[in-house]
Amino acid sequence: MTLAAVNRLIIYAAKKAVRMAALLVMVSLITFGLISASPIDPLQANAGQAAGSMSQEQLDRLAEYWGVDEPPVKRYINWAGDVLKGDMGTSLLYRRPVTEVISQKLFNSLFLLVISWLVSGVLGVFLGILAALYRGRLADRLIRGYALLTASTPAFWLALLLLLVFSVWLKLFPIGLSVPIGMEAAQVTAADRLRHAFLPALTLSITGISGTALHTREKMIDCLESDYVLFARARGESRWEIVRRHGLRNVLLPAITLQFASISEIIGGSVVVEQVFSYPGLGQAAVTAGTGSDVPLLMGITMITALVVFGGNFAADILYGIIDPRMRRGGEAVEEQ
Amino acid sequence: MDKKPIAESYRRNAAILEIQDLSVTFRQRKGLFQSEDLPVISRLNVTVNQGEIVAVVGASGSGKSLLAHGIMGILPVNARISGEMNFLGEPLTTERICKLRGKEIALVPQGVTYLDPLMKVGAQVREQQPGKEGKRRQKELFSAYGLPEKTEERYPFECSGGMNRRILLSTALMERPKLIVADEPTPGMDLGQAKRAMADFRAFASQGNGVFLITHDLPLAISAADRIAVFYAGTTVEEAPSSDFASEALLRHPYTRALWRAMPQNGFQAIPGTQPYVKDMPKGCVFGPRCPKFTKECLGDIPMRAVRQGTVRCILQHDEHKIREARESKDAQKAQEEREVQKYAGGR
Ligand SMILES: Nc1ncnc2c1ncn2[C@@H]1O[C@H](COP(=O)(O)OP(=O)(O)OP(=O)(O)O)[C@@H](O)[C@H]1O
Ligand code: SF4
Ligand SMILES: [Mg+2]
Repeated sequence: MTLAAVNRLIIYAAKKAVRMAALLVMVSLITFGLISASPIDPLQANAGQAAGSMSQEQLDRLAEYWGVDEPPVKRYINWAGDVLKGDMGTSLLYRRPVTEVISQKLFNSLFLLVISWLVSGVLGVFLGILAALYRGRLADRLIRGYALLTASTPAFWLALLLLLVFSVWLKLFPIGLSVPIGMEAAQVTAADRLRHAFLPALTLSITGISGTALHTREKMIDCLESDYVLFARARGESRWEIVRRHGLRNVLLPAITLQFASISEIIGGSVVVEQVFSYPGLGQAAVTAGTGSDVPLLMGITMITALVVFGGNFAADILYGIIDPRMRRGGEAVEEQ
Repeated sequence: MDKKPIAESYRRNAAILEIQDLSVTFRQRKGLFQSEDLPVISRLNVTVNQGEIVAVVGASGSGKSLLAHGIMGILPVNARISGEMNFLGEPLTTERICKLRGKEIALVPQGVTYLDPLMKVGAQVREQQPGKEGKRRQKELFSAYGLPEKTEERYPFECSGGMNRRILLSTALMERPKLIVADEPTPGMDLGQAKRAMADFRAFASQGNGVFLITHDLPLAISAADRIAVFYAGTTVEEAPSSDFASEALLRHPYTRALWRAMPQNGFQAIPGTQPYVKDMPKGCVFGPRCPKFTKECLGDIPMRAVRQGTVRCILQHDEHKIREARESKDAQKAQEEREVQKYAGGR
């Protein structure tokens, strides 16, 4: 790498860091604003009926615990100050540090997310290439039909359908949770985890394929219609050689980029899917925190997800720069020889 | 090996590539249910014999690249091709060209878009010969064409237009074909490199092979080729030995003569008008609307005629033609002088 390239990289990274900081501030403000505006009364939601029979002293202590009395701006500033010091607070519902809750839930979710992300990516690229190769024929129409169908199917509906078919009727998979009920953590095997993650992951994969498949199909069609493929044919390359030498090369790059950029969609889908399968992941925790007015936890979760999504987009950018020679070496001028 | 029958037929007639009455039409959708046929190449004839470089010269948009693609069997799906093509004496069918291309017939395509943008150029040149021998040959070709050693590690976007042309040319010279179809190989090259390319084509042809050189550059064609086919609006209007281009009177077709006069050393006179667009082809002779010799007979069918060592698609009888043409060129000269005088007179 030349000095100029290093310079460009530093400027690029600095810009990204500033943007990320701005994004986090925005996300935290919006989340906080939404919670403050929420009609849910934390006392009612969490103490419920019991609150009616409590003494005033108890109620005051509860109000202090849930932070009802303080003005929102002050609460936000307190929260932000703690976060800057590295303290994300304590979850009000779980009564454990937010970081601890999040890391446990995140681990459960990551398992799910990574599997479905990989599966939908690989299958999406494969189906997209297949559809482009058999453009207009049966295989293409089936794949496109599938993609359009799943793109317009709500994730929760598909989740319910799979749950009904595989768990309730066929009894092949458990109905919910990430580990068998009542089992000690030490006894849980990898097979158990897989079995429990299978249906949620399947749901997310099925819905995640369509975007990548359709995108890859377009790119592959462009590639097959390009002059360089025409020339490859003129040089006697077979269809398969063309796909292997030129197709993959030109299709994988946009597909990988799209796949990284679509992390947000999978995370969004996981919130719904985890809820349906009562899979104890980050998505489910987010719903619980939201409806239970667990402000520190909800803030923590939104921050983490924003970071992951941002990281995905960032990775997409970086990868583009690394894989695409036009980006990687683009800064160097063409030398006339 | 099944090479033998081909070699035999090839010895029988020295033609490497014969094209007769080749037509290419595009089927285009017009409105919702109708479609129309656009003839882009019609009744084209050209032959490349063993040891020959044959140039096809035509203006931009006359269908030269389509002709090259037609030979290679890589026309777009909506193109229909008819007529006869023989390679080494045997019909060049779709199945046959699929087997031969890249091996017996090599294409030098027109531009950088024919290189994979994400593949290093060295690897692209060696595509068919990934071994050591391929590497050696590629290095040899690159150095012969003044491409620095490190070029092979570059991507097409890192090379200039001229470098890319030389890279494309190298792809064809890598293989050991019988025929090279070169579509505008020289633009972007400097004179030395272009000369080098033509010398390589000559050496290649003298080994009993053929070169089909497609270009819009008449002087290049005259200096490099043995015979020249003049291409106009999708058809060959004249096929002549290059030596005939020494003098206008030896040329057979009014368009060829006009091209001749448009060459810098012959007065640089541009031809008025433009080539007809495929959608509104004139009736009869394709050159009719721009031809100074146009008569009513030119609206009929214009067959290809053999005249001396060449052919022409024009009904003008040669002798008459020559005389009239000679007289007219004098007239034209006079008129030109007249115009010059008036220009300077009017300037005051
Ligand atoms: N797919 C297509 N459908 C319809 N018409 C086409 C198609 N491809 C090319 N043509 C037409 O065919 C004609 C000949 O194109 P071609 O590229 O062969 O010209 P050319 O002689 O190689 O020109 P140039 O010197 O600019 O390379 C053009 O008028 C073009 O508009
Ligand atoms: S056929 Fe007629 S119009 Fe055509 S080139 Fe000859 S003289 Fe001109
Ligand atoms: Mg062309």
